[in-house]
Amino acid sequence: MAVGKPPVADRESHAAVLSRRSFLSASVAAGGGLLLTVTLPRFGDVHAQDDAPSVLTAYIAIRPDGAVTIQAKNPEVGQGIRTSLPMIIAEELDVDWEDVTVVQAPFNEAVYGGQSAGGSFSTVWNFTPMRQAGAAARQMLIAAAAARWGVSPDECSTAAGVITHEPTQRKLGYGDVASAAARLPTPDPEQVPLKDPSHFSIIGTARQDVDIDRIIHGAPLFGIDVTVPGMLYAVFEKCPTFGGKAVSANLEEIRAMRGVRAAFIVDGVDDDGPGLLSGNAERLLSAVAIVADNWWRANKARESLRVVWDEGDTEGQDSETFARRARTAGPLPGEEIIYAHGDFDAAYASAATTVEAAYDYPFLSHATLEPQNTTAHFKGDSIEIWSPAQWPRIGQNLVARTLGLAPDKVKINLIRCGGGFGRRLKNDYMVEAAWISKVVGAPVKLVWSREDDMRHDFYRTASFHHLKAGLDANGKLIAYRNHTIGFHNAAGERAWGEFTDREFPLQVVDNVLCERTSMLLTMPTGSLRAPHSNGLAFINQCFIDELAHAAGKDPLEFQLELLGERRFLPVPPSGPHNFGGSIPTIPELHTGRMRDVLELVAEKAGWGRTDLPPRTGLGIACYYCHYAYVAEVAQVRVTDDGQPIVEKLWIAVDIGAHIVNPSRAEQVAAGGALDGVAHVIGPRQRITLKNGRVVESNFHDFTPLRIDQAPDVEVHFLRTDNPTTGLGEPTLPPAVPAVCNAIFAATGVRVRSLPVDPRLLAV
Amino acid sequence: MAHTIQINGETHVVDVEDDMPLLWVLRDVLDIKGPKYGCGIGQCGACTVHADGVAIRSCITPVSSVGAREITTIEGIGDTEIGRRVQAAWKDLDVPQCGYCQAGQIMSAAALLARNPSPSDTEINTAMAGNICRCASYQRIRAAIRAASMRAEDARDASG
Repeated sequence: MAVGKPPVADRESHAAVLSRRSFLSASVAAGGGLLLTVTLPRFGDVHAQDDAPSVLTAYIAIRPDGAVTIQAKNPEVGQGIRTSLPMIIAEELDVDWEDVTVVQAPFNEAVYGGQSAGGSFSTVWNFTPMRQAGAAARQMLIAAAAARWGVSPDECSTAAGVITHEPTQRKLGYGDVASAAARLPTPDPEQVPLKDPSHFSIIGTARQDVDIDRIIHGAPLFGIDVTVPGMLYAVFEKCPTFGGKAVSANLEEIRAMRGVRAAFIVDGVDDDGPGLLSGNAERLLSAVAIVADNWWRANKARESLRVVWDEGDTEGQDSETFARRARTAGPLPGEEIIYAHGDFDAAYASAATTVEAAYDYPFLSHATLEPQNTTAHFKGDSIEIWSPAQWPRIGQNLVARTLGLAPDKVKINLIRCGGGFGRRLKNDYMVEAAWISKVVGAPVKLVWSREDDMRHDFYRTASFHHLKAGLDANGKLIAYRNHTIGFHNAAGERAWGEFTDREFPLQVVDNVLCERTSMLLTMPTGSLRAPHSNGLAFINQCFIDELAHAAGKDPLEFQLELLGERRFLPVPPSGPHNFGGSIPTIPELHTGRMRDVLELVAEKAGWGRTDLPPRTGLGIACYYCHYAYVAEVAQVRVTDDGQPIVEKLWIAVDIGAHIVNPSRAEQVAAGGALDGVAHVIGPRQRITLKNGRVVESNFHDFTPLRIDQAPDVEVHFLRTDNPTTGLGEPTLPPAVPAVCNAIFAATGVRVRSLPVDPRLLAV
Repeated sequence: MAHTIQINGETHVVDVEDDMPLLWVLRDVLDIKGPKYGCGIGQCGACTVHADGVAIRSCITPVSSVGAREITTIEGIGDTEIGRRVQAAWKDLDVPQCGYCQAGQIMSAAALLARNPSPSDTEINTAMAGNICRCASYQRIRAAIRAASMRAEDARDASG
């Protein structure tokens, strides 16, 4: 991961990375008024490995009647970014939020810079540039008004879209001077004064989603709702095994069915092409396409479809086989040592107390409630696409490469996503729709069935961990060993989400040994909300809880002792947490910030309470990822027949100085944690591989959390003077161990395999 | 064959197969896009509509079985007093995250309040357990139903 950037060892240099030069250009809008284009450095994209343009543009348009339009640049997946980024601009522009119309920007990174939804990066990269954009526009409007009055701009103030000349109390609306402002020189954004945050009236105030009216009235909004004149509907039947090929099918019979307009075999493209996260299936796969005059007819025809598949080699591609092999391998030396310091074996042998445990977690599907879909309109030398995409640039390149077009001939419209969770970082459904549209020569809406979606995901990888630890006579952790038994694909790329040397508490233990053994997996893996962390928090924070009990210490006290004095942990041997490109390096864990959220959540939850009912317990856990410090406490009651009931969750979060939109922040924080709850209590929150294919198919056998499983969640934001960062992911990881540790407190039974098997918890 | 169905107070005649689910008649034939496809097997509730005021899963309701029942979708629920209250509560409390499930949630909530004006939290959980919110906005769904219920009315009366 190290890509030659110096470590970011303190807050100041982190802030410095976020402060780079910006450029403005202004023009008179059609019909008069100000159209301000703020071109700012592109802070990169988590995935930027190429020479994508390094600009970021915010569009602010002010009409002569004072109406303000602000473009939202990034994909909306439920994280609230379509609302919060325009809020930041509106704050510094100094207009009433109620007077602002927000429109989605089209996909065009040459104009807007990075347009992705991933890594909880949108806020951290955009917070300051959006402020500068709004402030620059405000400064130009003041200058225009001051010129008209013949006064100094210093004598003018603004409020709610009105400029006031303080000495004379003359007033002009933004619309009155917008056209004049557009003719003024643009200021240097770095020199534009920003508001004193104590005067914020939009940032930090709860605002409804900008699409709330469309949502509650059912107006078309999502990718699946897109309609293009003359559009046909498609399904894409892929091989049930991964990488299989369609050999033949009863296409004549299918073509004769009512409403079917086309049915054909797609050979697919073998070239993986460039892509993050081992793009071993982010390409056009071999399949049978059926196109009809409505979606149900296309999908219904599949019931009559008979395909001869070349399924490829599925030998050993079986969850049970993986588990058996991993259990055998766990206690043995790993195939390779990935990280070691000190002398684990000697320290372990000398330990007063030792603990040994085998943990595992399963493959997971993202299960966005809106299934994958794209509408594509091939027009001969270009194509227009409407797609719910988290990372459209990769899709644009994929479509261009597959269809033989230049990337700028692939126009992508960003559509609100019915959930993302990392699934829509992949664009396999986009290239499928594009290909079908090209073949049939008409606009096509491809919609995956739920079964397609569950069986052709880029799954959160499963992983097995054999852990050993030694404590000295004082209960101090002196030896720690992790043997990860994970996966690689046929190209030798490791599954996405393995153990690294950055995992706490490796940095604070004198004798550490981390080993790895790997098994071949044909199923593609990818990012699921808080990738890596969503599984690793479980093993690390549950094992720390085990060690606390082995040491005879309170788990909170034990964790605080491990964290020790307030400091950044050292950069590990693998180097700084760096994604390459122009992305700011993520600082190492700061123990002080973690202590603070732990102590806050403990206080809010009443950690240490002794008045809990029988078979009820509290569990505590913390985790650092995506710049965020999160600690959580779960209160869990376990019924006599072993059903875990999560009664309450408390969350303490430090994501820096500002919570842009507390309404959505509270929702997303709670939602992320409840996602973690589902990983534990499922009850069927796991994907099973059997004979190279996924067993689960729909929500009866892969179960997202339901309302009767969802406790109330108390979210507490700890305001610190650190940079403002994102929240889409970091509350998920600690929820998993918090619930498991609470189950232990309630029952004395350790949950070491997810999802929990209630039979193990029954009286 | 031709089927005559009543949607949001309007009569529609659709010439489709008997077994075509109401959901796809609404979405692809009549261009009523509020009801959403999530699972196709009645497990997620995103497709929920009302038939004579009762919540049904349109994805597993063949169009031939609708008969003379009045179908109401999210597009029409605001014409009822309960529907308006539920939508207002959803907006006040900013319930959605991604928003995809919310049409179904609102329809299930309105049906619940029509038959039980003052549901307890347990009754809310039971009635809403068929509607998946993958973003888990459940705490606000409960709060919005409470706010739209007669419990809230009673509280207002008591305090006012």
